[in-house]
Amino acid sequence: MQLPAGDDDPTRAALLTTAVISAHPTPHTSGTEYAISTRALVKSYPGPDGTVDAVRELDLDVFRGETFAFLGPNGAGKSTTISLLCALARPTSGQAVVAGVDVTRRPQEVRRRVGMVFQRSALDPDLTADQNLVIHARLYGLGRRCARRRSGEVLDAVGLTDRRRSPVRTLSGGMRRRLEIARGLLHSPEVLFLDEPTTGLDPHARAQVWDHLRALRDRHGSTLFVTTHYLEEAENCDRIAIIDHGRLVAQGTPFALKSAVGDDKVLLRTSDDTTARRLAGMIAPPDRPVTVDADGVHLRLPDGSTWIPRLCGVLEEHGIAVRAASATPPTLDDVFFHHTGRSLQATGQPGHPPAAPPRQGTAPDSGGAR
Amino acid sequence: MTTATLPVPGTARGGRPSRPRHELRAVHALVHRDLLRLAGQPVHTALTLLHPLLYLFVLGGGLATLIPRSSLGVDYRVYLFPGMLMMTVQMPAITVGVRLITDRESGYLRELLMAPVNRSTLLLGNCLGGTLVAAVQGALLLGLAGAVGLPYDPPLLLLLLGGMLLSSFTLTALALALAVTLRRAEMFHMLLGLVMTPLLFLSGAFFPLDAMPGWARALAGVNPLAHGVDLLRRCIALRVPDGATAGGIEWFGRQPPLLLEAGLLFAAGALALGWAAHRFGRPE
Repeated sequence: MQLPAGDDDPTRAALLTTAVISAHPTPHTSGTEYAISTRALVKSYPGPDGTVDAVRELDLDVFRGETFAFLGPNGAGKSTTISLLCALARPTSGQAVVAGVDVTRRPQEVRRRVGMVFQRSALDPDLTADQNLVIHARLYGLGRRCARRRSGEVLDAVGLTDRRRSPVRTLSGGMRRRLEIARGLLHSPEVLFLDEPTTGLDPHARAQVWDHLRALRDRHGSTLFVTTHYLEEAENCDRIAIIDHGRLVAQGTPFALKSAVGDDKVLLRTSDDTTARRLAGMIAPPDRPVTVDADGVHLRLPDGSTWIPRLCGVLEEHGIAVRAASATPPTLDDVFFHHTGRSLQATGQPGHPPAAPPRQGTAPDSGGAR
Repeated sequence: MTTATLPVPGTARGGRPSRPRHELRAVHALVHRDLLRLAGQPVHTALTLLHPLLYLFVLGGGLATLIPRSSLGVDYRVYLFPGMLMMTVQMPAITVGVRLITDRESGYLRELLMAPVNRSTLLLGNCLGGTLVAAVQGALLLGLAGAVGLPYDPPLLLLLLGGMLLSSFTLTALALALAVTLRRAEMFHMLLGLVMTPLLFLSGAFFPLDAMPGWARALAGVNPLAHGVDLLRRCIALRVPDGATAGGIEWFGRQPPLLLEAGLLFAAGALALGWAAHRFGRPE
């Protein structure tokens, strides 16, 4: 059943437009432009030593029709936030309005209006794809005929029509994920939550899942709220919120977040890194820390590529051979580092103890955490 | 989450069912799930029936030659039949409890909890699904009534079916009450392994209760299986007068009225279900 990975397969495009679109445009007109809006949302659990604050003072705004990434390391509070937004758990304090409905006052109505794809597979493996969908549809109050029709449509939308009678246990991980996405769409939700939708999938299956998610946004205007700890996935989204230790540290488009960090990362590999470090420190503006590690000399400079000729020139004058030089514009990991003082990719590795998050503000670019 | 139903705005989206109808559809969804699983696993169902069949025809057949009719009033296989019906019914009832726990562990329960219905509705759906599956399996065994020497008398079969529905409801509700209390599957299995055999022996399925010492009879008084077996045996006695046996449940030396016993069994099930729904409905 392998679909071509490219998104511009004409047959698939045609299938999709006739499929979900008829039911999807949100008939909801009363609400605001926000699909999700939270103010000072807090969730704390009683822990072994005092209360644990899983989510602290969260202010989040997600527009209708956008794909919103919720980025953070494991244990940052992503799943807890999703539980709060889907009205599966009650917030300790604060306010959240999802799809125009308050989660504390009308939790059932919120659950009716949102779809959910859980982090761990939540399908009945003994039933077929079709049966899983029909049971879900009935749980959401769809009539028998409507349930059958919608099942066909959403299976079509994720490219699983030919596997509809297969028991879920025989489907691959990627297919199950897509089936769960289909199930999440079954009752035409206004917001679809996806908790780490690609964790545990191979790169090919991950790409496929994202193809389908992108198609949902582009062709049907679905609002998607995706948690992830993969930087390259967050990069694909319209806007990103970065969460760390239950606190929102930044929110914006990938471009805006990266521009805010500003400086490019400059890397020099030379014949004598220690001397090169001293020299570079003299050339660069005085507040720029220069670090050395096995990769070479690192420093952060605005508009990094224009600095490279000057740096090379000075180093050559002092008889140091420059073997390689590069300037990289800031990545999302740099954004994360900028706000938390840690690298997302290094989280959990030995030698990079998760430091207490310095409150946002100045970039503590010391220590060279990479 | 909240047990108090929330007012549904009148300006609902097109085609939304009314509140009670929606809850009914959710119940139906869960019953449907159980029936689909039953239909999808014919081998499993056959294996569930194997055990009672072995008891009925191997043990029952063997012992029938040893035990004279005069001591029980009936052929031993006829005596054994109600107990084996209960045994058939009890397995799927327990499976429902096990599945609530495995659903919790596998994450499927979260999918159910996401559904915009009351949590008690979900539990009711599980309970009815289990009851129905149990009764279907019991009905399969009931088809062998002729082989043990009972007549295929429609009222008798209906009575037995009704008795099985009632007992499987109570057993399923009890299993669910246990399942919402114990969150780990191992605990559930351990407890059942410990308790089920004594419960079966103290149910009067294999030998009359009045053959047992007083303390054992007292235990049988609170054993739902004993009440179920007694109920089924008395259903047989209603239609097959010479199938009447002594030695069932007795209160102060007298048999309680049949309807009272049935009502008691139902009340116990309803109570267990209510308690389970209460536990289950607590927000996390």
